[in-house]
Amino acid sequence: MMQDPMVRFQNVTKRHGSHIVVDGLNLDVARNEKVAIIGASGSGKTSLLRMLMALDPVDSGEIFIEGEPLTHMERQGKRLPPDMAHIRRMRGKVGMVFQSFNLFPHLTAMGNCIEAPMRVLGLTRAAAIERATELLEMVGLASRKDYYPSQLSGGQQQRVAIARALAMRPKVMLFDEVTSALDPETVGEVLTVIRRLGEEHDLTMMVVTHQMGFAREFADRVCFLHQGRICEEAPARDFFHNPQNERTRAFLRAVLEAG
Amino acid sequence: MIWDWAFAIEILPRLGQAAIVTVQATVMGFALAATLGLGLTLARIAWPRTALPISVGVELVRSTPLLIQIFVLYFVGPEIGLVLDALTAGTLAIGVHYAAYCSEVYRAGFEAVPRSQWEAAEALNLNRGTALMRIILPQAIPPVIPALGNYLVALFKETPLLSAIAVLELMQTAKIIGSESFRYTEPITLVGLFFLGMSLISAALIRLVEARITQGVRR
Ligand SMILES: Nc1ncnc2c1ncn2[C@@H]1O[C@H](COP(=O)(O)OP(=O)(O)OP(=O)(O)O)[C@@H](O)[C@H]1O
Ligand SMILES: [Mg+2]
Repeated sequence: MMQDPMVRFQNVTKRHGSHIVVDGLNLDVARNEKVAIIGASGSGKTSLLRMLMALDPVDSGEIFIEGEPLTHMERQGKRLPPDMAHIRRMRGKVGMVFQSFNLFPHLTAMGNCIEAPMRVLGLTRAAAIERATELLEMVGLASRKDYYPSQLSGGQQQRVAIARALAMRPKVMLFDEVTSALDPETVGEVLTVIRRLGEEHDLTMMVVTHQMGFAREFADRVCFLHQGRICEEAPARDFFHNPQNERTRAFLRAVLEAG
Repeated sequence: MIWDWAFAIEILPRLGQAAIVTVQATVMGFALAATLGLGLTLARIAWPRTALPISVGVELVRSTPLLIQIFVLYFVGPEIGLVLDALTAGTLAIGVHYAAYCSEVYRAGFEAVPRSQWEAAEALNLNRGTALMRIILPQAIPPVIPALGNYLVALFKETPLLSAIAVLELMQTAKIIGSESFRYTEPITLVGLFFLGMSLISAALIRLVEARITQGVRR
């Protein structure tokens, strides 16, 4: 087990009805580590991220962020189910970017980026705008700050979504197939932003992706998920050069054939 | 002679007075309907425990005639210490009745906002109340404004029911003029024309608003 991980999944299980979606999964992610999570459709990748974002509860097992439990709390030596205040405090450490952007359509790019900092972090409007301006600049959209989502391309919307999540100053960023809904010509601009984030910021990043090329050059480590378990994990180079598991090899063959 | 112009012009000022009462009942009644309806829908979302009692209340109000509700409020109210003048009681009854319909309209609006909007708000750590008021509400309302407008017109056309408790609105005034002069043609026709004109104008306004909203969505 890793010393002092940023994120720890410990024997985590998630069911939908009788269907086991995540099955006793263990995973440690180090501070500032970039982990790529790959696997076939339905293997549990989104479920994993949603539990860490506290959008879905675990059915059993524990999740820790910076050594603190998300899935329960300790009060006077007693273990209690997490209350809302606990969940919200822990959730503040994590940010998530969705496949379908999920920007707020009635707010401009700037509005999207300042709403939560003002309402949750208690920033003044001026401070929130200052921070959001920096972030929109970083994702290359300073000139589009007053545009509504419907006036932006998919790639631009996704970059606003990244800025919006960063505005909450998370320590861990989750990316769930953030380029899957994009036109091919805009995929690059989003991946470039994610790459720069990784290089220039102290961020732990977990990236679910179907883009093996990106996983290989971006990630420190690649985890292959199969039926809710991590079937194989290795440093990115080893993983693609020399996959050990027969399932991993089959998956990589299938993905490479597909494109 | 079927239509007496002189008589029609003579009764116009009285009908004008009554029209003010009709418009007053419409505006106040609809203001109540729109806000109470929204309040009910917000309560239902913010506190799921209130959903069942609210549904029952809404169903009850929608399943009984407005006229009976007006009577209950005006004639039975005093028995339990609720003494209201006719206009207030009538406006209140109309407002509550249409609040039930409006709350269903609002509900449809809220349900049409994708779940992913709630989740995006949650992932940004917005609490449920803030998410509801700042993220979901502004997306839920514009699409239902035309439907609300239709209820405004429907409510307006039901205000003659207030004549049943002798509110001096248009219909009641027309009836009084008729019984005094034994001429019903002019007052009733004029009242009908007034409703027709106002309804046509409102319908046009609603279409205008609707067009602006669709434009806004495409923005
Ligand atoms: N809310 C839900 N109710 C029922 N089943 C669900 C629900 N959410 C996910 N599942 C199921 O859980 C399994 C894992 O889903 P998950 O979304 O985590 O997979 P994934 O690896 O992200 O797949 P994809 O690559 O298609 O996004 C799937 O079989 C899915 O059908
Ligand atoms: Mg998924």
